[in-house]
Amino acid sequence: MNAIEVKDLTKTFGAFTAVDHITFDVKKGEIFGFLGANGAGKTTAMRMLCGLLLPSSGSGTVAGYDIATQSEDIKKNIGYMSQKFSLYNDLTVRENIRFYGGLYDIPSKELKLKSEALLERLGLTAYANKLLSSLPLGWKQKLAFSVAIQHKPSIVFLDEPTGGVDPITRRQFWDMIYEASNDGLTVFATTHYMDEAEYCHRVSIMVDGQIAALDTPTALKEKYESKNMDEVFRKLARKAVRGE
Amino acid sequence: MAIVEVKNIYKSYDKGKVKALQDISLSVDKGELYGLIGPDGAGKTTLIRIIASLLIADSGSATLAGFDVVTDYLQIRSIIGYMPGKFSLYQDLSVEENLQFFATVFNTTIKENFELIKDLYVQLEPFKSRRAGKLSGGMKQKLALCCALIHEPKVLLLDEPTTGVDPVSRKEFWEMLIKLKAKGITIIVSTPYMDEAAMCDRISLIQNGKILETGTPAAVTKYAAHKIYAVKAESMYELMKSIRLYPSLHSCYAFGDSHHVQLEDDDIAGLTGFLEQQGINDTQIKEIAPGIEDIFMEKMNLAV
Repeated sequence: MNAIEVKDLTKTFGAFTAVDHITFDVKKGEIFGFLGANGAGKTTAMRMLCGLLLPSSGSGTVAGYDIATQSEDIKKNIGYMSQKFSLYNDLTVRENIRFYGGLYDIPSKELKLKSEALLERLGLTAYANKLLSSLPLGWKQKLAFSVAIQHKPSIVFLDEPTGGVDPITRRQFWDMIYEASNDGLTVFATTHYMDEAEYCHRVSIMVDGQIAALDTPTALKEKYESKNMDEVFRKLARKAVRGE
Repeated sequence: MAIVEVKNIYKSYDKGKVKALQDISLSVDKGELYGLIGPDGAGKTTLIRIIASLLIADSGSATLAGFDVVTDYLQIRSIIGYMPGKFSLYQDLSVEENLQFFATVFNTTIKENFELIKDLYVQLEPFKSRRAGKLSGGMKQKLALCCALIHEPKVLLLDEPTTGVDPVSRKEFWEMLIKLKAKGITIIVSTPYMDEAAMCDRISLIQNGKILETGTPAAVTKYAAHKIYAVKAESMYELMKSIRLYPSLHSCYAFGDSHHVQLEDDDIAGLTGFLEQQGINDTQIKEIAPGIEDIFMEKMNLAV
């Protein structure tokens, strides 16, 4: 079974069709890039996949659970991290790890061991009792990713995880993604950095609520006669009719 | 001729614990499009706010059009247009009311400088009676730029106008900046997107409160400490792992569809042989000219 399978997934708000019959699947262990211009419908689609918004029509499963009827199960079995919000600045590093572990019902004894192991692995043991706000952004993002997958979800959703992060940390972050994907985790990521689109196994590009293209970066570059993903993206997104 | 001069600026927060800016000096010529390039937390916002007279440095000095940013702040505020990183217009006023308001504050009218904002306003016009808070991200950004331009400022200060914006809209925004530059406005713009550096006349690379490098994009990317090779193979992940085991490796970073590799001894044949020993026989290697991001990472490593 695939990590994600959706068929004709659609969301309308009044007369406006934000997501218009999208059909695709994401394989287990795949790194899937979900691209699109601002306003193309990415966020709405992602909210449906994460069990936060019910579709108007269409069907699908995420981590084996039905989008329309099992949204609570979906929430329990996925990880989620966004650039805009992920951890609490007013909690310490350790408190953040424990809080999220608690949310996902990790038993407290296990959580205690896991938290310390995670702190150690990220080299954050010395910072465990420091407020999160005192950490550099790059460290926060790496911590946020680790926290998002500590309950061992089968799939993690990353919403612009590297926005504003320095170029070295951005690459270290992708090293972590690769490692996790190598261990079998499915990764579903949005990004505005087109070089990062190249790191994905497959990429979809949304235009006006529909999936305008979906394939490996190599195949997309060939098909659209482009030298890189930036060019592919621009060729497709320029066709957009609707504004944001 | 310099219109903005910043000399040896220091600024810290939290009783000196956070050093936001350390010994920053730069000068921006009249009519120049000047980029402050760096990640979040580099100090870009602090620097722009000091130039805008909204924040006072711990030490050092800055002038704008000959006015001192501390003592002559009133004169400065009337000749700059400032667009903060966070959307700061009145959410409850309509598009038109916001414009009207900013025009009035600066003792002018929308009509007087309409030529300057025309290109932007045409796109906003269909929404002119909509509340600013109800606009999409891209439209908010355009309105904010309109409001910053309404009094025909001499210097435009834009703090991360393209953060979180998709590549197509980013490109359109920069095309707009180039048009404004052609009308004689000096522009200082900050961005975390390294690829935008190429659109600037000159740039400063900023990291951890320090300027790593200043110059034209061509000058900044002219020289790297070691040759840069773009290396590809079928399995990029395996390739990366193997390259990292190579003894005389200087650095290896993923760059889209290839890895950029620098070697201490610049001897690429050595690496090829090593990779073959590791069982990677399908490498494609070519030497390339450094880009802004290559240089930024090289300078970051030197600064550590």
